[in-house]
Amino acid sequence: MKTSLAGLALALALTTTGSATLAADGPIRIGTVLSVTGPLAYLGDPAAKTLDLWVDRLNAAGGVLGRKLELVSYDDVGEASKANGLVKRLIDNDHVDVVIGSHSTGATMAMVPVVENAHMPLISPAGGAIIIDPVKKWVFKTPPTDRMAAERVYGHMKAKGITKVALLCETSGFGQSARKEAQAVAAGFGVSIVADEAFAPKDTDMVAQLTKIRDAAPQAVFVLGTNPAAAIVTKNYRQVGLTQPLYQAHSVTSQEYVDLAGAAAEGVVAPALPVVVFDDLPSSDPQYPRLADYVGAYRAKFGQDPAAYGASALDALLLYVDAVGRAGTTDRTAVRDALEKTSGFVTTASMVSLSATDHLGLKADTFRMIEVRGGKWHLAP
Amino acid sequence: MTSLSFPNLLEPRSPMRFVPLAILVAVLATLPFVLPNVWYFDVAIRIAANITVVIALNLLIGHCGQISLGHAGFFGLGAYGSAILTSLYAWPPMLALAATAIVVGLLAWLVAVAILRLQGHYLAMATLGLGIIVSIVLTNESAFTGGPDGMSVPDFAVFGLRIAGEKAWYWVFAGLVVAAVVFATNIVESPAGRALRALHGSEIAARVVGIDTASFKTRVFALSAVVAAVMGSLSAHYMGFITPGVAGFSKSVELVTMVVVGGLASVWGSVFGAALLTLLPDVLAHLEGWETLAFGMILVATMIFLPRGIVPSLVAFFTKKEG
Repeated sequence: MKTSLAGLALALALTTTGSATLAADGPIRIGTVLSVTGPLAYLGDPAAKTLDLWVDRLNAAGGVLGRKLELVSYDDVGEASKANGLVKRLIDNDHVDVVIGSHSTGATMAMVPVVENAHMPLISPAGGAIIIDPVKKWVFKTPPTDRMAAERVYGHMKAKGITKVALLCETSGFGQSARKEAQAVAAGFGVSIVADEAFAPKDTDMVAQLTKIRDAAPQAVFVLGTNPAAAIVTKNYRQVGLTQPLYQAHSVTSQEYVDLAGAAAEGVVAPALPVVVFDDLPSSDPQYPRLADYVGAYRAKFGQDPAAYGASALDALLLYVDAVGRAGTTDRTAVRDALEKTSGFVTTASMVSLSATDHLGLKADTFRMIEVRGGKWHLAP
Repeated sequence: MTSLSFPNLLEPRSPMRFVPLAILVAVLATLPFVLPNVWYFDVAIRIAANITVVIALNLLIGHCGQISLGHAGFFGLGAYGSAILTSLYAWPPMLALAATAIVVGLLAWLVAVAILRLQGHYLAMATLGLGIIVSIVLTNESAFTGGPDGMSVPDFAVFGLRIAGEKAWYWVFAGLVVAAVVFATNIVESPAGRALRALHGSEIAARVVGIDTASFKTRVFALSAVVAAVMGSLSAHYMGFITPGVAGFSKSVELVTMVVVGGLASVWGSVFGAALLTLLPDVLAHLEGWETLAFGMILVATMIFLPRGIVPSLVAFFTKKEG
C-alpha cells in the first residue's frame, strides 16, 4: 500500500514540477535535442557549445524582436527512441517555439512524425537526404547531404581523369547511407565502382579489405566512415602499399582525424564545410565574414577550433532567427512560412535559398575540397 | 487496534490480495485526468510498455532463475516484424502483430531448447549473443529495415478503428499493464508458479520432486519473448519510427536492471522497478550532463539500502516492524 502511494506521490511530484505557462512577451524558447553524451558526443558537444555561445551573443545584443532567447536543451545520448520522447517534452511541456536537433539521421527521423503532427518547425543538423527528400512541411536541414559529398568527390576525380574507384564503407548509419548515395551518383560522373568493401565502426584492422581493393586495381579509393576507424583505414592504406589517391568523406574533416592517422594522412583529400579550412579562406570568400565572426568567438571562449557539426547547429539557429525577424512574430506557422521564403541568406556553409520544394537550399559546391598538408587540413589546389 | 498489515496485501491467499491491483487500476484510471499535457501521457506509455515487458522477464529471471541479456532483441524483432509487414507488405497491423509474435515465440522456443541447457553465466552469454545477432541483422539488412537510420511505421488500426495519439494509446498500454499484472500474479500463485519457485531455489531438488524443469524454463522463456515482441510491435506503431537502437544491448541491460531494482520474483517489484528506471532519466533531464551520475548514484543507493529490490526489501522491512 505504502509503495503504491509513493508511486502516486512521485507521479504527482513530476506533474507539479513541469507545468510552465508563458507570457507572450517572455523569452523565445529554442528547444534542442542534441547527442551531448553517448557515441555521437563528438557531434553534440561542439553543437551545444556553439548554441550556448550564440544565444548569449544574441541576448547581449538585445535578443530578437526585443525578446531574449532561451535554450531548453536535452540530450538524446544518440538514441532515436529518446529523441522521440524528448521532442514531445519540448513541444508539450516546455512550449518551445522551434526545435533544433538531432545529429543522427535516425534520431531526426524519429522526431519528424511528432513535429509534423504538432506543427512545430524542426531544423536538423543531420546529414541524411531522407530528412528533406521528400520534403516534409515542418522539417528543414542545414548541412549538405551525403549525396552532395559524393558528387563533389566524383567531380574532383573526374577532373583528374579518374574513372575506376573502390568504395570502402563503414557499417554505421552514416557509412551505409553515404554508400547508397555514392553508388547512385557514380555513373553520372563516368565513374565505375570496381570494388565495394565494408568495415565495422569498432574494427581495428582493415588490411584484408584493403588488400582486396589493391587487387582490384582502382585509380582511387573513396572511404566513407568515421573516426577512429577511418583513421585506421588511412594507416593500413599506406601499410598495404596503396599509392593511389585516397579520398575520405566529410565525416572525418577535423583535426582529430589528422592526429589519429599521423603521417599516413598526408595527401588525403576530402569534401568539407568551409568552417574546417577557415584559416585558408580569402577575405573575399562569401562565407568569410560569417565564419570570422563565429570562429573568432568560438576560439575566444573555448580555446579550440569549432568543428563542422558546430557550424551546422549555428546555421540552424541563424536560419530560425532570420525567419523570426522577417515574420515579425514567433507564431509557428508564420515562422515556418518565413523559413520557406528564406532567400539569399548567408550561413557558415553557403548562400541559402529555401522554397516549398527545397528545405535544404544548398548545392554540392557548398563542400570545399580539402587535403592534408603538413599535419593540417588545407584547401586543396 | 491492529492495522492492516502490509505483507497481507501481497500474500497469495490473503483476502486483501486484490487491494494492490485495485490501487493500480485506480491510479491508471485517474492519471489521464491529472496529467497536464501530452508529454506526460508519452512518459506514462513508455513506463507501461516497460512494466509489461519487465513483468514477463521477471517470471524468467526471478522465478526460473534464468538470466536473459537478449530480451531487447525480441522487443526489436517484434517492432521490426510489425514495421516491415505493415509498411512493405501492407499487412493489417493486428495480423502483422500476431504473426510476428508467433514467429518470435517459435524462435524463442527453438533457442530455449538449445540454450536453456546452459546454466548461470553460460546462459547469460548465449542470450547476450542472441540479442547482439538480432541487433546486427536489423542494422545490416537495410533493404528491409532501413539500416541504422531506421524506418517509419504506419498507424495501428484494428477492424478499421485507428489508434493514434498519446491519449488513445494510453488506454491500450494501461490495459496491457493490468492484464500482465493479473496474469503474472495468477501464474505465480498457481502450481506452475510453485514449480517455478522450486526451480529457482534448486533445479536439482525441483527435478527430484517431479517437476519437468526443462519444459518449464522453455515455456517461460518463450512466453517472456512473446510479451516483449508484442510490446515491441505496439511501441513501434505508437512511435511511428524505429531504429535498431530499440534492440540494442544497452536496452537489454536496462530491462534486467529494472527487474533487479524492482525485486526478483516480485510482480509488484517489476511495476516499480520499470516505473522508476523509466522515469528517472526524464526527472533528471535538466541536470545537464550530471544525469548519468545521478542515475548511477540512485541505482547504487537502491541496491545498498534495498538489496533485494524495492518491493521485497520494503515488504521485509515493514513485516519486521509490525511482527
